[in-house]
Amino acid sequence: MAEFDYPAVNFTTSPDQYKHWKVDYDGEVATVRMQIQEDKPLWDGKYDLKLNSYDLGVDIELNDLVTRMRFEHPEVRAVVVTGGYDKVFCAGANIRMLGMAPHAFKVNFCKYTNETRCMIEEATQQSGQIYIAALNGTASGGGYELALACEHIYLIDDGNAAVSLPEVPLLGVLPGTGGLTRLTDKRKVRRDVSDVFCTKAEGFRARDAKKFRLIDGSFPRSKWSAGIESEARRIAAESAARQSKSGAAVALPGVSITEADDGWSYPSVSVRVDGRIAHILLKGPEDGPSRSAGTWGLRAFRELEDALLRLRLNHLNVGVLILKTEGDIDAVLAHESWLEENCASDDFFYQEVRSYQSRVLRKVDNMAKSVFALVEEGHCFVGTLFELSLAADRTYMFMDDDGENALRLSDANFGAFPMAAGCTRLEARFPGEPELIEKARSAKGEDIEAEDAFEEYGLVTISLDDIDYEDEVRIAIEERVSLSPDALTGMEQNLRFPVVESAETKIYGRLSAWQNWIFQRPNAVGQRGALTLYGQPERPVFDFRRT
Amino acid sequence: MAINYDERIPNNVDLSSDRRLKKALEKWQPAFLDWWRSVGPQVFSNKDVYLRTAVSTEPGGWSQFGHVKMPDYRWGVFLGAPEKDRVIPGGDHAGKPVWQEVPGEYRNALKRIIVVQADTEPASVEQQRFLADTAPSLYDCRNLFQVNVEEGRHLWAMVYLLQAYFGRDGREEADALLARRSGNEDTPRILDAFNQPCEDWLTFFSFTTFTDRDGKYQLGSLAESAFDPLSRTCRFMLTEEAHHMFVGETGMERILRRSVELAKLAPNGDARELGGIDFPTVQKWVNHWYTYSLDLFGSEISTNAADYFASGLKGRWQEAKRYEDHSALGQTKAIQQLNNGKVIEVDVPLRNAMNELLRDEYVADCQRVVKKWNRTLSKMDTDFRVELPDRKFHRRQGIYAGAHFDRAGNPIAESEWNAMRDTWLPTADDRAYVKSLMKPVYEPGKMANWIAAPRRGINRQPVEFEYVRTDR
Repeated sequence: MAEFDYPAVNFTTSPDQYKHWKVDYDGEVATVRMQIQEDKPLWDGKYDLKLNSYDLGVDIELNDLVTRMRFEHPEVRAVVVTGGYDKVFCAGANIRMLGMAPHAFKVNFCKYTNETRCMIEEATQQSGQIYIAALNGTASGGGYELALACEHIYLIDDGNAAVSLPEVPLLGVLPGTGGLTRLTDKRKVRRDVSDVFCTKAEGFRARDAKKFRLIDGSFPRSKWSAGIESEARRIAAESAARQSKSGAAVALPGVSITEADDGWSYPSVSVRVDGRIAHILLKGPEDGPSRSAGTWGLRAFRELEDALLRLRLNHLNVGVLILKTEGDIDAVLAHESWLEENCASDDFFYQEVRSYQSRVLRKVDNMAKSVFALVEEGHCFVGTLFELSLAADRTYMFMDDDGENALRLSDANFGAFPMAAGCTRLEARFPGEPELIEKARSAKGEDIEAEDAFEEYGLVTISLDDIDYEDEVRIAIEERVSLSPDALTGMEQNLRFPVVESAETKIYGRLSAWQNWIFQRPNAVGQRGALTLYGQPERPVFDFRRT
Repeated sequence: MAINYDERIPNNVDLSSDRRLKKALEKWQPAFLDWWRSVGPQVFSNKDVYLRTAVSTEPGGWSQFGHVKMPDYRWGVFLGAPEKDRVIPGGDHAGKPVWQEVPGEYRNALKRIIVVQADTEPASVEQQRFLADTAPSLYDCRNLFQVNVEEGRHLWAMVYLLQAYFGRDGREEADALLARRSGNEDTPRILDAFNQPCEDWLTFFSFTTFTDRDGKYQLGSLAESAFDPLSRTCRFMLTEEAHHMFVGETGMERILRRSVELAKLAPNGDARELGGIDFPTVQKWVNHWYTYSLDLFGSEISTNAADYFASGLKGRWQEAKRYEDHSALGQTKAIQQLNNGKVIEVDVPLRNAMNELLRDEYVADCQRVVKKWNRTLSKMDTDFRVELPDRKFHRRQGIYAGAHFDRAGNPIAESEWNAMRDTWLPTADDRAYVKSLMKPVYEPGKMANWIAAPRRGINRQPVEFEYVRTDR
């Protein structure tokens, strides 16, 4: 099937617009029902979302749902995820969609759905909203991977329903939404059992699934609803006992977007696209902080997130992001310390804002585009925002004559925003120079001039004065956009995540490396490839050579 | 292929030379008998019943008749005679020698196909376990038991395949076949039609006419399998299946004949006045069971169907005999689809439409049966005719499920469906009425009031023959 140019994807939605999900709130327990409307795919008329299978449109709603629940329903302690139809929970990602989607879209689709799964885990761990998969029918492929993202998995024991990861035997690709990693790292399933499970298309039914730790429990049909209900109540009560939480719900309005000829903007973020380069400008706060969705620390990061998503999906030609900030350094730090102080309280809101910021920063770490930060006069790359510079592949700093263009570090740079692997960005920056981390710590709160930032602290790639700055930056960008984008993505991902790994870094790393390799190979996507031919009358033909 | 009855398990597969398999089947046998005793026919379970037993698998003279107590029936393993130099009939491997062992790459799919087919056999025995309590005659009672023991034997046939060719997994599946129960909320049978209750004889005859006929076509497609033991098993099962459909077809015909007679006698022309089953009620049962049986063929457009054909696991109906091109590539089949409230035809690659192709054969066969009934009706000078609804009507599986169609196949609104439903399909009142007629008649040669006598008996015996020795 020929690749096609898909229309631009919109990432904003709200519960009144959901097509595929239904949520019932009942005190501490929320029940999320996946009830896919078969004839409402993201790309109208191109495929049907059969058997509760999902596409990006479905996942955008799920992402919105999980995000919102953390802010809008803090009372919720347990979230039951179940299927809205009889006999099937979810058949995973829609294969026709995957088969016809251009390579870049496949990659983006997987990455986005992985972010949603990771956020489900984050909500469980950080928000005390414990996700429970109530598999009321077969959960195959991405359906079981969604379950794996939940803390507890229950499967109906009706003699038919099974959990399975049939990607290898049926499609010639991998369970790429964290399935393999979560089997071994999260559920700690034995490797040979995993091997059997992942090559057996029909999967395991309740008895074997329980025996091999693929699920936590099962109920027969006659005891299903009552069983899930009582587990959910129990889990909710445990969560409430573990962590107290207060504060009124905060509604999240949609981000406000203004389209322009050469880009788009939000109140605090603007994007200008110039060929293969996108210029992103993030503006510091103009008002004081407030406990609301409008507070700069939440709003600006939601805007930045939307900008990054649009760049990933809708601007494939853009290879380099030029990141700048503008605003009052003290105002940024004032917002930061307000958040920091309130995080010590019971009020859920402040922790949620910080989680959100952390998530967006990790999105920058994960961009498959080069990121250069430019620290110029009037910037506000301090504290929390300096994490953006630390996330960049390179940072260029302008060296002014009077030493006013300076950086400032804060507590935010020493543990508030861990990377996916669990380390700080400073730790990742200096794997062999721990003394520089200490040096940076001792300079907390002080202005670090451009020359020192480069020479003494190693906090920027280079600092340049007005004789060289403009030219060097121009040349660096021109060189960058001329290099192979594939090689750059691979190189950057290697360099951004040194030394330590975690389940999350493995999930993204292996997705980028293995799945995206398989997605390019003839055995999957060639004319006779398994993914191409799935659902077609012909059977795949493989090139059996292995190294 | 003579059958060896000297052994504990009668067979024509030289079981005595395969110790492992013999052991496995001998272990399964008591479990099967326990199952039979607990959920098989409850009335007359220890009386002599005039049953046929397979003695060979050669066409003509393959069976003999005699009085047997059902638990003593010699269930065993019988395969159709091997066909010399048989080649794979269809799909990507067409023309190559058939498989005598299961190829690893198809093992799971093949196992699933066999399990789904196998599951229907004990299911129908369970569904029908209380029917003999209300048999309209000893003749019918015997026919019911014949169907039951043969369904039991079909289970043996499938269990043999599972135990002989699918190792430990196969043995587990064989055990699970005895653990599921028709209509049980927690351990239901796999297919919906086999979890529907069968509590009256109009249902039994509808079921054997329409649902067993699905079995005929499923077995037919498996008889074209590249896996030769499956093909041989199914070929012989088809011989037995014919009797089940005969029971259904003639049972329905006898009800219709009696209904005409009663309608003529009734002051207002309604057979119900005289304790008969009126035509609209018969039609409702036809509507219900015909459509439930259509569901059993699977989705109209199916990836699995394409895979099964491509790999040679299943063939088309009489693939080897009736088709020249066995690849079924580069061809399409028009399938009706609902699009914005209108029915349109969409061309689907032929391999993906294999379920629908088999359904076509089935629909044509059902039409033939209905035509035969209608010939009888027309000879009896009545205006009533049985009609088969359109295949889109009242479907719960496949691409028409969830939408509403009238009996002619026109899309209709849900409100219209709700308004008409009770005139098209059995209501609780209808079921209660039919059930109220079900009173046993155990006197040889006598028939219940609502059904005509058969035209002839079984195996050239008279109708009044003692098909079940109720006192011995």
